[in-house]
Amino acid sequence: MSTPQPHPGAPARTREQVADLHFMDARYKLLDLAAFLDRLDRAAGGEDHRVRGLRAALPLLLEKDEGRVARILNLWSDPSVEPIAKADTKAASGVWPGLK
Amino acid sequence: MRYIEPHGHMVSRTTDDYQAMALAGCAAICEPAFWAGFDRKSADGFYDYFCQLTQIEPKRAAKYGLPHYSWLCINPKESEDMALAADVLALIPEFLKAPTVLGIGEIGLNKNTRNEMKLLEQHIALAVQYDQMILVHTPHLEDKRKGTRLIMDCLKANGVVKPERVIIDHVEEHTIHEVLDQGFWAGITLYPESKSTPVRAVDMIESVSAQRVWLNSACDWGHSDPLSVPKAAQEMRRRGHSAAAIDRLVYGNPVKFLSQSPRFKDPAAQA
Repeated sequence: MSTPQPHPGAPARTREQVADLHFMDARYKLLDLAAFLDRLDRAAGGEDHRVRGLRAALPLLLEKDEGRVARILNLWSDPSVEPIAKADTKAASGVWPGLK
Repeated sequence: MRYIEPHGHMVSRTTDDYQAMALAGCAAICEPAFWAGFDRKSADGFYDYFCQLTQIEPKRAAKYGLPHYSWLCINPKESEDMALAADVLALIPEFLKAPTVLGIGEIGLNKNTRNEMKLLEQHIALAVQYDQMILVHTPHLEDKRKGTRLIMDCLKANGVVKPERVIIDHVEEHTIHEVLDQGFWAGITLYPESKSTPVRAVDMIESVSAQRVWLNSACDWGHSDPLSVPKAAQEMRRRGHSAAAIDRLVYGNPVKFLSQSPRFKDPAAQA
């Protein structure tokens, strides 16, 4: 477990207090994710890029340093820097389609 | 508790939402122009929309004791028809005279296309010409990081825009630090699924100097929650933040930014 690094804008709190407030919320979200992966297993067809991106992000959850959300969002981001000529859709999918 | 809703698309909400927000402590609402969920076919459609924003919504809000302000633009999702965009831009100066218009917004990028960039530059030039503040929409999901950087580069390239008069909205954990580091205000949008949840927003607030940050619901016709700002305040209370810190974030900060427009009146000063 990492050394606590409290942020200057946060009231002091223990890990037990954080768990008291947010454990059940995290628990049901993890079970929902497991159920989603099971549901995918029961469905036909290949895996699309969004699910590939989700699986690629799972190891980042177990990294020890803070900043997991930003690392996942960066993983899913379009890495290019120039404007594109034209969009073929108005919507975003949640994961950059080029992610391997 | 009191708070400002600095970004809500009330044209797509019911009067029950106005009532619920007022009961939750909302003291004022600001409404940027946005995409209607479909592409409007003519400038006349935008003319009617701008009338709705500047004349109709203030009356609806007033029934619940809420001051209503607006921002004007054509959304980047409707930027591919550049001829239409030019016609709409030509309408905006007339509406900037309305007493409740705060600036140009929400402009920005959606899919980071060349035409979106051109329209963004035109909107920025319009804001500079009429000395207006700017409210920026950043792209969704995987397009956000790239789009946020392109937008900031575009704003800086203009050379005249003052970062402290620009709020870059819909920041998340991977963009908030860059936005604040470059001197802009940052908006955290609270959505049930996309963008940020109230819990993540409070995590971000705790990790930055929150002097140039506001929270908003951006409630619209999609999956969104007009009470998400007071819910974030509740999350802060659960974590032990002081009443003063909460008030500073959900009331003081938006009042500070918005008061750069002489049109905006601090509701507390009006009481």
